[in-house]
Amino acid sequence: MTDPAIRVEGLTKRFDTVTALDGIDLEIPARTVFGLLGPNGAGKTTTIRVLSTILKPDAGRAEVLGRDVVRQAKEVRTQIGLAGQSATVDPNLTGRENLRLIGRLVHLPRREAARRIDALLDRFQLVAAADRPVRTYSGGMRRRIDLAAALVNRPPVLFLDEPTTGLDPYSRNEVWAMIGELVDDGTTVVLTTQYLEEADRLASRVAVIDEGRVIANDPPAQLKARLGSTVIEIGLADEPTAKRAHDVLASTSTLSPELENSTVRLTTHEGARLLVDALRALDGKAIVPTTLSVREPSLDDVFLALTGHHAEEAAA
Amino acid sequence: MSTGQIATTAPPARRRLMPIVVSDTLAIAWRGVITYRRVPQLLVFSTIQPVVFVVLFRYVFGGAIHVPGVDYVDYLMPGIFVQTAVFGAIATAIGLATDVQSGLLERFRSLPMARSAVLTGRTIADLFRNVFVVILMAGVGFLVGWTVHTNAAKLVAALLLVLLFGYSMSWVFATVGLVLGNPESAQAAAFPVMAPLVFASSAFVPVETMPGWLQPFAEHQPVSVTASAARALTLGTPATSYVLQSLAWVAGILLVFVPIAVRRYRRAV
Repeated sequence: MTDPAIRVEGLTKRFDTVTALDGIDLEIPARTVFGLLGPNGAGKTTTIRVLSTILKPDAGRAEVLGRDVVRQAKEVRTQIGLAGQSATVDPNLTGRENLRLIGRLVHLPRREAARRIDALLDRFQLVAAADRPVRTYSGGMRRRIDLAAALVNRPPVLFLDEPTTGLDPYSRNEVWAMIGELVDDGTTVVLTTQYLEEADRLASRVAVIDEGRVIANDPPAQLKARLGSTVIEIGLADEPTAKRAHDVLASTSTLSPELENSTVRLTTHEGARLLVDALRALDGKAIVPTTLSVREPSLDDVFLALTGHHAEEAAA
Repeated sequence: MSTGQIATTAPPARRRLMPIVVSDTLAIAWRGVITYRRVPQLLVFSTIQPVVFVVLFRYVFGGAIHVPGVDYVDYLMPGIFVQTAVFGAIATAIGLATDVQSGLLERFRSLPMARSAVLTGRTIADLFRNVFVVILMAGVGFLVGWTVHTNAAKLVAALLLVLLFGYSMSWVFATVGLVLGNPESAQAAAFPVMAPLVFASSAFVPVETMPGWLQPFAEHQPVSVTASAARALTLGTPATSYVLQSLAWVAGILLVFVPIAVRRYRRAV
């Protein structure tokens, strides 16, 4: 097996009294997408900022391509690109000027930089907008120029901090496609996300982070297998009815329902068949649901399964 | 220059350290100058205000102010230059605070660039802007009847001194911008710092007309000695002492605030 692209051991970071990172351990294989999944405030962004040399850790160590992020910070910076929420471009410069600025700051020879910038603008479909100030860009264009800026120096390791938060579905799919291409080209991508769907779609491995700790580190398929792949939520008219519905479903040996206020939740591998069973059982007792939803598990479900509390509570 | 491919090995920095610092600083300064071209409001803000002051003091208050032995407009204009340079430094605070807030500084901090370049580049861009504004103000001065009683060399020396002083003030306000990290608060915080320096000074009226308790401050503070130096250089009165005092202030301010701002930048998040 090849050396991991990133190695993190016991990483700890405190801000005043808040412990943002509480002993993070990670090994991220080269040429893969690695997902950091967690709610706001879990420590995902802090991890990225330490790995990209913006923040110094209080304890523990981290290496990017064998270089220590504190002692060899300058060398690490030649190997990485950073984009997303915490790194942006100058809204008053045009797209091309922004890339040119980065090209100068990473010390690319002028002619090579110009070629690279043309290629990036082309690849990110920004040729037409290249000479307009970035402040006139749409949200999706803005995210693409951020991504392009992170790629000017062809970094072998790319950090993306919530690359699709706030994007419409079309732009999100575009960003996903570009991340896929980068990995095909041999880039190691570390991305943070609040969406299990995104981690599932892109990452070959996902670390779930909660209160500065890694609480799971698995391929997404295994993560979902631990959860069950489908969540069925049955809404009832009131809490007493919900309690009755819960008891009816619980008495069926194949089901293990959870009760929350006036909602009964079923998590399962076999959504369709189980849905039929559940509705039949309820119908038999003349219990009529008011709402019904069948959905893929969300970050919140992951949290509930792994920690017993909701994602929002973790952030509070 | 052989920067080669994007390093898979450590760049041998020693030999190239100076050129990198210089080229990174120029890149950041270039960005700042483009911003002033792209957002002309920033320039207009820092030019309209001093023009209003010239008109106000020349034609509204000026009649009531008598400075013995000098035409008031000749007294006023050097003070206006200094005021312009000092007010211009607020833009440094606002610009840096904006970059902190937007996350642009985070990007810079993740790049293999010289860290000092972010601040030196920004202050140099603001110096360029001040050159433009001061030249414009000199033009306005000539339009309202300002006369230089010495020669072109001394006029240039006076303007250079003002620009140098404005540059040192940029570092003061760079610190303010980095500490506050929010353009609105940076602008709000700048005025209370600025007002006593600009108004309790010899910029607009002679210090002798102020109350006794204020005079020691008003006479020796940096805006006053710089205004007095620029005034002496354009009126032809003895200038050396004021010029030296002003240069001492510039050196002192830079010695204190450059390290503070740089340390603050390293920590800024």
